Formats: sequence, structure tokens, C-alpha cells
Amino acid sequence: MSDINLLLVDDEKPFVETMTKRLEKRNYKVRSVFSGQEAIKVLGEDPQIEVVILDVKMPGMDGIDTLKEIRLKFPLVEAIMLTGHATVESAIQGMKLGAYDYLMKPCDMNELIAKVDQAATKKRAHEEKIVEARMRRITGERI
Amino acid sequence: MEELNHKPRSPYYRALLRRMVTVIIVVSFTPMILITWGLLYQFKTLYHEKVYAHLGEIVQKHRQNIDTFLEERLADVRFLATNFTFEQLADEAFLKQKLLALEAEHGSVFTDLGVIDEKGHQLAYAGPFKLEKANYESAEWFRKAILSQYYISDVFLGLRGSPHFIIAVRSETETMSFLLRATINFEAFNSLVENLRIGETGFAFILNRDGKFQTKPSIQITEEQARGYLKEYLLLKDKSHIAEEPDVSGKPVIHVSSLLKNGEWLMIFQQNASDVFHDFIRARLIALLISIVGGGAIIVTAYVISKRMVKIIAKTDDENRMMNQQVIETGKLASIGELAAGIAHEINNPVAIMVEEAGWIEDLLEEEEFKESKNLEELKRALTQINTQGKRCKGITHKLLSFARKTDSKIHNVEINTLIKEIVSISIQMAKYSNINIETELQEGLPYVEISPAEMQQVLLNLFNNAIYAMEKTGGTIKIGTKLSQLEKDTIVIIVEDNGPGIPESNLPRIFDPFFTTKPVGKGTGLGLSICYGIVQKMGGKIDVQSAVDVGTRFRIWIPFQKEGVQEPEDIKNV
Repeated sequence: MSDINLLLVDDEKPFVETMTKRLEKRNYKVRSVFSGQEAIKVLGEDPQIEVVILDVKMPGMDGIDTLKEIRLKFPLVEAIMLTGHATVESAIQGMKLGAYDYLMKPCDMNELIAKVDQAATKKRAHEEKIVEARMRRITGERI
Repeated sequence: MEELNHKPRSPYYRALLRRMVTVIIVVSFTPMILITWGLLYQFKTLYHEKVYAHLGEIVQKHRQNIDTFLEERLADVRFLATNFTFEQLADEAFLKQKLLALEAEHGSVFTDLGVIDEKGHQLAYAGPFKLEKANYESAEWFRKAILSQYYISDVFLGLRGSPHFIIAVRSETETMSFLLRATINFEAFNSLVENLRIGETGFAFILNRDGKFQTKPSIQITEEQARGYLKEYLLLKDKSHIAEEPDVSGKPVIHVSSLLKNGEWLMIFQQNASDVFHDFIRARLIALLISIVGGGAIIVTAYVISKRMVKIIAKTDDENRMMNQQVIETGKLASIGELAAGIAHEINNPVAIMVEEAGWIEDLLEEEEFKESKNLEELKRALTQINTQGKRCKGITHKLLSFARKTDSKIHNVEINTLIKEIVSISIQMAKYSNINIETELQEGLPYVEISPAEMQQVLLNLFNNAIYAMEKTGGTIKIGTKLSQLEKDTIVIIVEDNGPGIPESNLPRIFDPFFTTKPVGKGTGLGLSICYGIVQKMGGKIDVQSAVDVGTRFRIWIPFQKEGVQEPEDIKNV
């Protein structure tokens, strides 16, 4: 699956840059930011984004806070958490808050792609259901 | 740790011991001495009073007896003198008859009777001695007797040469006056006084105003001594007098004196004080003995109790010192753990970037322009190597991070088998150096338990470390297994088993005691297993040990689980 709109959030610039290049090479549309605040901003500007890859440990607004904000403002966007081992607990907390899944750094590219695809599929299925529901309501009203 | 035994501080404990012993002894002895002394003093006063009263009474009674005796004898003689005429009395046959009558009445009290005229010539005599016609003109008693109505003499030897005394009554006819004289048997009189014997040394005697004995003292005392008593005349009126004075040999003597015969004679009773107060002295001796024995017992008890307490205090101090050491050690470990976690986390990010970059290069190599490069294969191999080593780094940091979680005592749902695998992976390296295999036998699908993983880790690591230490020289096998308990409901058993040298039976009951260790001084704190025990107890579980020398040791840990938690919780299935 390609043409998925991704947002990559991590404070480690070299990591973000390389990851972006590798994902773009695999035909994903990737936007990258280096903090939680920026991520919220970008999500507001760009409704195309379907999946957010979110580092848990960031200075300032960390992954969990960012996730809470995303779930609040953009409930349909799926999130995949990235974490070092020590923050597995916060990753689990993130999943409880509604993240799609989590991965431990350094992560395998194929694994990441698989998770991203699944998340995107889920998101799209969700959207379809919503559209369907709306349609039904509209048609129902008309009848 | 070797310096921690309390030898170097023993002067402190010796001083403590001394202080405790002193306080106990002073506190116990002061009331004991005061009470004993007070009671003895009271007792002594009362006893003295009682004894003096008793002696005074006895002496008074005897004095009365003697006075009565003298009065009665005098009455006898006066009866003869007043009721019979001079002519009758001067008849020796009549006189003899009267003497016989008196003897019949009083026994041998009267020795003889005589009638004496104004000039001292004995006119008639009845008695055992040949004293007819004796002349008493110059005798002292005669001169005194002729002047008064009646007269009782002191004891004297007289013409007959044996001690006696005389009762004389003066009677008158129309033309002349005469004396009727009776001699009192000395022995009969003496026995009145002699009978007064109390104890071993108590006796009585009678003195006249010149200090001459009027009775024969049953215990020899000198006239000199007797004369010493004469000063009592000055003190006495008609009551008795009691005094305690040392005698010539310095021993205290009690004497009671009383006047008799209208103040002419002095009766003295004397007794050694030691004899008088014999009972009191014995009581005092017993009290003293009891005090000494009791005091000895108090001293011994004070010493033993204090010694025991000081020992306990010293032991507690030692334990506290070791505990402090342990706390410091634990703190050190905790900070090392935090440091390791920090480092591991910091390394993780660069490694992630390196792996990403390598991945990027791999991606680029897919492009056409590199396809012809003759080093393509070599580059690919190098990249694979970078990836492999990156993963290895990841493994190391993850292990470090999981180990550092030891400081965390938060309770989580834990998959016990995963935890055990983690610990085995940590211990296996150390075990390999000692030629020890670690085998696992984990039952699949065990329910989750709610425990602190860090603490469980510590328990298992302690058991592993002990097993590895025990088999360091010989090598061997450690088996760790998990299963559902057959006996206990809702409980998982963890079994850690080795085939090392085992624990001697004598040590088995003590191995969970704090500070019990068989390791050389400074090598072990003796806290490992006691910490395990404490942790397992806190989890609501229990731990036991079975061991046989040269066969091996088996620890079993039972951990209860929540029944509702049998299903895998959804959110940590990938941990």
C-alpha cells in the first residue's frame, strides 16, 4: 500500500531525516516535525495525514501528551508509538489512550511499514464506515 | 566489614556494664540495708525493754521473798519472846522443846536458840553447839541488839566459826531485860538466793553496806568486784535498778540491784549481756546471714542480667551498623542502576540513527547506478554486518535497561516465564565462567501474577548467585522451573534447583535469618536470603528450602495469582 500520508515526530533530527528519506523511497508521503507542538500544528493544517509515528521520549511536550492532544482534536488519525526500552510502560499507557501500536527503537523498517499499512487500513475502514453512516442518515432522512 | 565486630569498642561496653551493675546494686541494696537496719534497731529496743522489765520483776519478787522470810522468822522469835516468861525461856529443856517445835514447822531453818542477859551472858542455850555460858558482851551484834526492840544481824562467823546470822528480840521482866536469840541456818537462807539462776551466767547474791557477801555467790566473783556494786546504794530507794556495764574482762554485763532488809542489804543479780540477749543476737546473726546471701545473689544477678543486656545491645549495634552498610550499598546499587539506564538510553538513540543510516544506504544500493559496482556484494555484506551489530547493541542496552528496573518496586501484571527468561539471560554469562548450565522447564500458559518485577528479579538473582557461588569450583546444573501448584489453589510454584554441595542440616533452619552467612568475612552480608524471604512474604507467597549434602539444594517459591487475571491482559501481549 502506498500513497499514505505520514507524520513523523521525533526530536532526533538525523533519525527523522533518514527515516523520512527511507519512507519516501517507499512511496509514502512523509511530513516530519521535531516536537509535539509542531505535530499538532501540522495536523491542523494538513487534514490528509492518516498516520502519525510518535516518539515517546521528547523534551517539552512528550509523546503521551501529544497523543492525548491528537486523540482529542483528530480522533480519526492513527498513531504508532516509538520507544526506547525504558519507556515501554509509557508506550503501554499510550496504547491504553488509543495508540494503534508501538515499536522499540532501533526498529526494523519492514516491521514499521507493516504497522503503518495496518494502521492506515484501519483508518480508512473507519472513515468509510463513518461515510456510510452519514450516507445512511442522509438517505434515511430523505425517505 | 571485618572491622565491624565489637572488640574495638569493648571499653565502651565495659563501662556500660559497670554502670548498669552499679545502678542495680545501689538501687537494690539501699532499701534492703535501710529496712534491715531499721527493723533490727526497733527489735533491739523492744527486746531490751522487755528483758529489763522481766529481770526487774524477777529480782523484785525474790527481794520480796527474802524480806518476807526474814520478817516471818523474826515474827517466830518475837512470838516466843512475848508469849513466854523469862523463867520459862531460861529453862533449857523448854527452850529445846521450842526449838524442836520450830524445826518441825520450818525444817532446819533455825539452828539454835539462846537466852542472853543484859551483860551478854548466855543463860540458856538449845542447839547443836556447846555454847552454854558463852559471853557475847563484846560481840557487835549484841551491842546493837540490846539497844533496839529486835535485831537481825549481818552474816558473820561468830564463836562457832561458820557463817550464820542472828535474829534477836529484846524482852523485859520487872527487874531486867534479856535477849532471845535465834540463829538462822546459813544454807537455808542461801538457797533462797541461790535458786535465782537464769541462763548460763545469771546469778544473784546479797551484799551488806560494807560490801561483805551475805550469801555465797554461785559463780566466783571477788570482793573487789562486789564492792563496785556498792555505789548502787546511792541510786536506789525501794525500786530495782538495771544497768549494763563492762566487767573486768571488758564483756558487757547486765546487773539488777534491789534493796532489802530496810535498806541494809543489797541484792544483786548479774548476767552476761551475751547470755541475756542470746535470742536477739541469734536473730541478728540470721538477719545478717540472709542479708549477705541475698546481697551476694543481688550482685550475681545484677552482673548476669547486665552482661546479657550489654551483649544484646552490642549485637543490636552491630546489626544496625551492618544494616546501615547494607542501606548504603543498596543506595549505591540503585544509583549505579540509574546511571546504567541513562547511559543505555542515550546510546540507544545514536545506535538507532546508525542503523537507519545503514538502512538508507541499503535502500540507495537498490538504485540502478550502483548495480554495476563490482564492490556491491562487499558493501551489502558490510551493511548487513552493521545491522547485525546494531541489533546486538540494542540487545545489550535493553538488557541493561531491564536490569536497571530493579530499583522499581511498582506492582505490575507480570508474566513470570518472561521474567525468568530475562534473568536467565543475565545470569547465564556468569554461570558459563564457572562451568554451570542453566536449564529451564517453564510451563506454558501460566496466568499473570501481580508483583513487582524488580523485586521478583532480585529474589531469583539472589538464588542464582547463591547456587553459582556454591558450585563455583565444581560446576554443575541449575534447573529453574515453573508450574501451577498442585497443592495450593491459585498459586504458581517456581523451583530453583542445583546439584551443588548442599546445605548442612544444622544450617538449614537459619538460612533465612538476617546476617546468617557461611561466606568468608567481608564476602557476604548474610542478607540475601532474608531479603528474598521478606519479598516473597510481601507478595503474599512463601519460600522454602530442601537440601541434602552432596546432592543439591532446592528452593521453592509459591506466588498466588488473581483468579480474574487468568486471561492475558490485552494491552501487554507484545511485551
